[in-house]
Amino acid sequence: MDLDWIGRNLSEGEDILGLLGLHLVLALTPVLCALVLSVPVGYLVHRTRAGAAPLLALFGIVYSVPSLALFVAIPVVIGTQILDPLNIVVALTVYTLALLVRSVVDGFRSVPVDARQAAESMGMGPVRRVLTVELPLAMPVVFAGLRVATVSNIALVSVGAVIGSGALGQLFDLGLRQAFYTPIIVGIVLIVALALLFDGVILMLQRVLLPWYRKAAA
Amino acid sequence: MNLFEFLLDPASWTGPSGIPARLLQHLLYSGAAVLLAALVAIPLGVVIGHTRRGDAVASGLSNAARAIPTLGLLVLVVTLLGTGAAPVVGALAVLAVPPVLINTVAGFRQADQEAVHAGRALGMTPWQLVRQVELPLATPLIVSGVRSASLQVIATATVAALAAAGGLGRFVVDGQRLGPEGYPQMLAGAVLVALLAIVVDLLLGGLSWQLERRRRHIRREERGDLDALRAGELAEQAAARPDTADRAGDADRPADAATVEVPAGETPDTGPRPGHR
Repeated sequence: MDLDWIGRNLSEGEDILGLLGLHLVLALTPVLCALVLSVPVGYLVHRTRAGAAPLLALFGIVYSVPSLALFVAIPVVIGTQILDPLNIVVALTVYTLALLVRSVVDGFRSVPVDARQAAESMGMGPVRRVLTVELPLAMPVVFAGLRVATVSNIALVSVGAVIGSGALGQLFDLGLRQAFYTPIIVGIVLIVALALLFDGVILMLQRVLLPWYRKAAA
Repeated sequence: MNLFEFLLDPASWTGPSGIPARLLQHLLYSGAAVLLAALVAIPLGVVIGHTRRGDAVASGLSNAARAIPTLGLLVLVVTLLGTGAAPVVGALAVLAVPPVLINTVAGFRQADQEAVHAGRALGMTPWQLVRQVELPLATPLIVSGVRSASLQVIATATVAALAAAGGLGRFVVDGQRLGPEGYPQMLAGAVLVALLAIVVDLLLGGLSWQLERRRRHIRREERGDLDALRAGELAEQAAARPDTADRAGDADRPADAATVEVPAGETPDTGPRPGHR
C-alpha cells in the first residue's frame, strides 16, 4: 500500500473525493427515480392479477441482463454519447425499477386480508384504502428491496469504468493500467464502506418512517 | 458500419477474435467458475445447513458480498497475480460462492421439519438424513442459487475483458478503444452477452421450476393420502361412537373457509385439490 498516493490524491487534485461524490450521485439518483416509478407500476402490476406473473417474469429477464450490456446499449435507446454518465443513471434506473416492482408487488400481496376488509367496512374508498392502509403495510417489503437495490447500485456504478465513466471505478482502471494496487484497494474499500453506510441509512429511515413495522416485529 | 453490418460480416464470425471463439471463452470461464464455486459452496452449505452452525456467518456473508464491486475484485486479483484465464476464473469463482452457499443453507432451513424429524425418528444416520431427506428438499433452492451465481458470473466475465482476458466483453473493450468507429462492435458484444444471460437464466429458471413442481406434486399426493387416512380414521371412530358423528365432518371443513375472501393470486389451501398444475 502506498499511503502517500492516497494523501497526494486527496489534498491536491481532490480526485478521490470528487469521484466519491460523483459515485453517490450516479448510484443514488436511480434509486430515487425507480422508487417513485415503482410504486404506481408495481400497484398496477399487482392489480392485473393473472397478468402479474408474466409481467414479473419480464422484469426478471430485464434484471438478468448484465450491467455492462445495458450501459453500452442505452445510448442507442436515448441518443446520448457513449461516455455520458447519464447512461449509467438510466441503466441503473431500469435495473432498480425491475427489482423494486417485484418488491412492491410482494408488498401489496403481503397485506393481510383482514386489514383490507376492515378498511372497506369502515367505509374507505379504494383510493384512500390503498394510500392509507395497503401502501403503508406494503412498505416494509419495499424497503427490503430498496436496501438490496441501493447496495448493488453502489457496487455496479464501478462497472461503468469499462466504458470510461465509472466514478470510483475509474480507480480500478487506473490501478490496472499502472499495475499499481493502491488505487484498486482504495476503490474497493470506499465502495464497500459507502454500500454499508447507505444500507444503514435506509435501515434508519425505515425505523423512523415505518414505526409500525418495528412494533409488529417486536 | 452499424450493428447489423457487424453481425452479418463473415469476418466477425471467424478467427480467434470471432464471435464463436469469444462465446466459447465466455462459456468456459463462466462454467469453470460456477463449477468450482459449487464444489466449494454446496458441501459447505450442507454442513452449515445440517448442523445449523455458522448460520449468522453465512447470512452476513451474503450482505457483504453484494457490496463488493466485482470489477474491483477482478482487477485486484489480476494486478496481483497477472492476467490470464486462471486468475480470472479464480476471481469469478470467489464471487459465485456466496449465492450458492446462502441458497444451500436456506434450502436446508426451509426443508419440511416434520420430514426431518420423521427421518430421525426412523433411525436415519445424519448422512442418510442429509442425502435422502434434506438434500432432495433443498434442491430447488440450490438450483436457484446456482442460477443467481451463473448470472453474476456471466456479467462479471464480460468485465474481465478489461483485464485482457477473452470472452464476449472483448467486443466492448476493443470497440471502446477504436473510438466512435467501434461502437457497433461494442453494441454487438452487449447484445450477445445479454442474450447469453437471458438464455442461461431461462434454462436454469425452467429447471428450478420443474424441480419445484415435482416437489409440490409429490407433497400434494402425500398430503392427499394423509388426509384421506385421517378422514377414514375419523369416520371409523364416528361409526364406533355415534355421539361424535358430527365431529367427523370436521375432517373436510371448507364450509367456512369458502366465505373468506381469497387474496389476489392465491387460492385458499383448504386441502388437496384434484389435478396437478
